Amino acid sequence: MDDQAALRTTPLHALHISLGAKMVPFAGYDMPVQYPLGVMKEHLHTRAEAGLFDVSHMGQVIVKAKSGEYADAALALENLVPVDILGLKEGRQRYGFFTDANGGILDDLMITNRGDHLLVVVNAACKDQDVAHMKANLADCDVTLLEDRALIALQGPRAQAVLAELWAGVSGMKFMDVREVPLHDVPCIISRSGYSGEDGFEISVPEAHAVEVAKALLEHPDCEAIGLGARDSLRLEAGLCLYGNDIDTTTSPIEASLEWALQKARKAGGDREGGFPGAERILGELANGTTRRRVGLKPEGKAPVRSHAKLYADAEGKTELGEVTSGTFGPSVEGPVAMGYLPVSHTDAGTQVYAEVRGKYLPMTVTALPFITPTYKR
Amino acid sequence: MLKFTAEHEWLKLEGDVATVGITQHAADQLGDLVFVELPEVGAELTKDGNAATVESVKAASDVYSPLDGEVTEVNQAIVDDPSLVNSDPQGAAWFFKLKLKNVSDVDGLMDEAAYKDLIG
Repeated sequence: MDDQAALRTTPLHALHISLGAKMVPFAGYDMPVQYPLGVMKEHLHTRAEAGLFDVSHMGQVIVKAKSGEYADAALALENLVPVDILGLKEGRQRYGFFTDANGGILDDLMITNRGDHLLVVVNAACKDQDVAHMKANLADCDVTLLEDRALIALQGPRAQAVLAELWAGVSGMKFMDVREVPLHDVPCIISRSGYSGEDGFEISVPEAHAVEVAKALLEHPDCEAIGLGARDSLRLEAGLCLYGNDIDTTTSPIEASLEWALQKARKAGGDREGGFPGAERILGELANGTTRRRVGLKPEGKAPVRSHAKLYADAEGKTELGEVTSGTFGPSVEGPVAMGYLPVSHTDAGTQVYAEVRGKYLPMTVTALPFITPTYKR
Repeated sequence: MLKFTAEHEWLKLEGDVATVGITQHAADQLGDLVFVELPEVGAELTKDGNAATVESVKAASDVYSPLDGEVTEVNQAIVDDPSLVNSDPQGAAWFFKLKLKNVSDVDGLMDEAAYKDLIG
């Protein structure tokens, strides 16, 4: 039980227990995998109404230039991330990733222009390493991991209505807008974003008021607490990568089909072309292509095909092509869904490949991502 | 006669044929099932060997054979609708019927009281 004792908890831990959550270790935290509603209903409820997720285990990091100028912080972080941070407007957020010298992905993150500084949200399992990476490489910036804030995601078509009970101005926000707003007189930072494929919000709350804000949101009849189980099936149906599964240091952003995250300014011919770790490989792959790509995979039968299942060109398992990186049952798709890497010869939608599951070779079809139609409010 | 295993299977004996399923406790622990794979009729199973596979949204789990025997019948209803295992695991959602090699082997399994003690 030493592992249990060493687990960290979020400010909402006692609330999860009181709601009857089944708790599991995740990235060093004791986290709710599901509530009494169950993964299937939690998933469907989020797509139909609104779900509240505790994502306080993620790292919220302030990056502020010693000069106090936003541009200095943005240009410094651009040395580590191949996205346009200087061009990000105040109150706007953008997706990105830390790359390494080989063009692999160290972590993926959300970056917000907060006026005179950057707010960066990174994965729980990577946060210590990410903070060390930024401290070591952003010489003229102060890098501060916020240990005293919770992060609550509110996702689903009714998320706006639920949040509007606490702040009527929410309807004025668009996808990837970020505002600092008092909820119940508690200063919160709200972004219109999330990781479910639905419209929704992520709300950064001071630790001392996290339970109060979460309870106020859960009071709405359309809002249910949702665990990590449904969070995973929601993001997979939405075609979103899970760091450590679908992307890591062995995958480049182009192999991972994340080239949409690179803006013009950082690409060949842009104002600030390259200048990030692995730029040579990444820009080279943008120009010349890669040998393999991340694709959506739809198993033809009912059996889920899980991560690490080997993929073959033939039903006899003779020609290995790659492997599944995420796979589960998609409650909204009403069938199994997966993602994985395949050689570019096999990435056209409609291509059939075979996954090895318990000694059988199950047919899967390469499918455009996402599996569902996102409802982001652009 | 109803018997149980430490692997959370139940077994109901009629003559030398045992109907086998998973317990309510096991179904609750697994969560919403989305896929069930059953053995072939005629398959020879050995005690504690793999007999079936169940998958929830989150993970795959094996179902073991409680005793040695031959599969005489499987329950297609739970393949068609895996959620039946969550709603009625010790009734309509039986998994398979096993013609036991040695009927007396059931004496080595737990009765309901012993199983209840096990799961607390």
